[in-house]
Amino acid sequence: MSSVREIRASNRFPVEKLRMIFVYLLLIAGVGIMLFPFLWMVATSFKIPQDVYNLRLIPETITFDNYATIFKKAPFSEWIKNTLIISLIATTTVVIFDTATGYVLAKFSFIGKQLIFIIIISTIMVPTEMLIIPWYLIANEFGWSDTYWGVLFPGIITAFGIFLMRQFMDSIPSDLLDAARVDGLNEWSILLNIAIPLVKPAIVTLIILTFIGNWNQFIWPLIVLQTEEKFTLPVGIVYFSSELKDTSNWILIMAGTTISIAPLILIFLIFQKQIIRGIALSGMK
Amino acid sequence: MLTHVLRLTARKSRELFRIRLSYRTQRYLFIYIVLGIPLLYFLSTRIVPILYAFNVSVRDWNLLSSDQPFVGFENFSLLFNDGIFRKSIVNTFKFVVIGVPGQLIVGLAVALLLQSIHRFRGFFRTIYFIPYVTSIIAVSWVFRWILMRNGWLNEVLLQLGLEPQLFLQSPHQALILITLTMIWQSIGFQMLVFMTGLEAIPRMYYEAASIDGAGAWRKFVHITLPLLNPVIVFSAVIGVIAYLQSFGQVLSMTNGGPLNSTTTMVLHIYNLAFLQFKMGRAAAATVVLFAIILLLTLLQLKVLKKNVEY
Repeated sequence: MSSVREIRASNRFPVEKLRMIFVYLLLIAGVGIMLFPFLWMVATSFKIPQDVYNLRLIPETITFDNYATIFKKAPFSEWIKNTLIISLIATTTVVIFDTATGYVLAKFSFIGKQLIFIIIISTIMVPTEMLIIPWYLIANEFGWSDTYWGVLFPGIITAFGIFLMRQFMDSIPSDLLDAARVDGLNEWSILLNIAIPLVKPAIVTLIILTFIGNWNQFIWPLIVLQTEEKFTLPVGIVYFSSELKDTSNWILIMAGTTISIAPLILIFLIFQKQIIRGIALSGMK
Repeated sequence: MLTHVLRLTARKSRELFRIRLSYRTQRYLFIYIVLGIPLLYFLSTRIVPILYAFNVSVRDWNLLSSDQPFVGFENFSLLFNDGIFRKSIVNTFKFVVIGVPGQLIVGLAVALLLQSIHRFRGFFRTIYFIPYVTSIIAVSWVFRWILMRNGWLNEVLLQLGLEPQLFLQSPHQALILITLTMIWQSIGFQMLVFMTGLEAIPRMYYEAASIDGAGAWRKFVHITLPLLNPVIVFSAVIGVIAYLQSFGQVLSMTNGGPLNSTTTMVLHIYNLAFLQFKMGRAAAATVVLFAIILLLTLLQLKVLKKNVEY
């Protein structure tokens, strides 16, 4: 009996080990698939024109000329500045309003609360495309087209952020807030000094997700911005690449995409814990 | 003495009442201010614009002319007689039908693989997630470059002695290649959602099944899949909405070509509104898109949402 079990165990061991090796090999192949496009992009951006079609991942001659050229050929520094300003402003307003709204929706009870929550959340379901035509007509009417405010006004407060903050605020014990009320703190200082410090990690998550979302947003800036100097990076990339693609200037196009992607990968690698937690939590409930 | 005490308590209770009242007013003032701003905001940037979109959709609204006469459902009938619009609906459904199951299957597979390993799990998760945070536009141009006539993939095919392919210039390959790009970019998100879902399944179900002699496949079919159902429904709904709105990738990789084989509804809406300035017809197309999204979402919730009780 025991010998049978021993044989079985010793048989299972290599099978199990082989299985694990196979799993790791699959996952490593996946890493290749996920990273190769970025590596190829960066490699292309450092190549000299003669090497564009060379398959080497590490170019024989490495050059930074392509980066210098694109900054001369197109207002890339303006685009970076515009994208940064718009993303920072939108992130600031979103954090302020979404945090406060999420807090009230989580920690207060009053008539109509559920209705207000449903109204706000249901706006997530409306496709942006349906709003874009009215937004465009509004922006034209008020003279907002081709301005920062024109890009910004649809994203000052986000339903997603309110939802996320409500989830996090829900976990604050109400007793703590009541104790602060008994101590004579007013509602504003309770929000600022007690609630917000307790959900600081959640706010960091919201900041990063909002910043990334604004950095990458495309369809609305594409429509509301008209002059080249006002573009954001994604709009600029499309404009710049569409002009260059006929001359097959891929080394320049890849330098442009590298500039637009690199800051995001950096932000992600620094804040990956917060980003992953935010996505996991919003995806869960 | 007694009157004095009574007067004192009366004053005290009046004071207490005033404090309570001011506390209640303060509380409600707080709620009104904090909620008032977002409510007004969503009303003016979401609710009113939706109604406005409906209004535009029943008018002959050309950006270049000054009057916008009411035309009833003419925009809708014009749309459905427009061959490109019909084609764009078919194409959009192809994106959904290939993209959503593809994303769910690959995402679940990666999540299961990651769950079965103990070392480097965080490392793999980080790498797989990277594409999700990067710009759709930039990524699309990178793939366009890889898939060029003389790009990396064709060079590799040539070196392997294989026939080079048209890829994005082929009406048969372009759509599926764009969908694969979209799947590639969302694997990280999907994997993460499934990993969270898998962690929520109690270990004891699997242990009980092992005692009953169930194999890995039966455990997957009878425990993992049913218990993962809410996560699958959530992901399918989000995925369908996302693929119905395919735009950035298409605009950057093919701009709808070749022969309109990749034109999606949103690309067509964009062309109608902002290249041809036909706001009325474009708005009508957004109404159609909205109706499709709403219908599919409700249908999925009804079909996919089976309550599983254990």
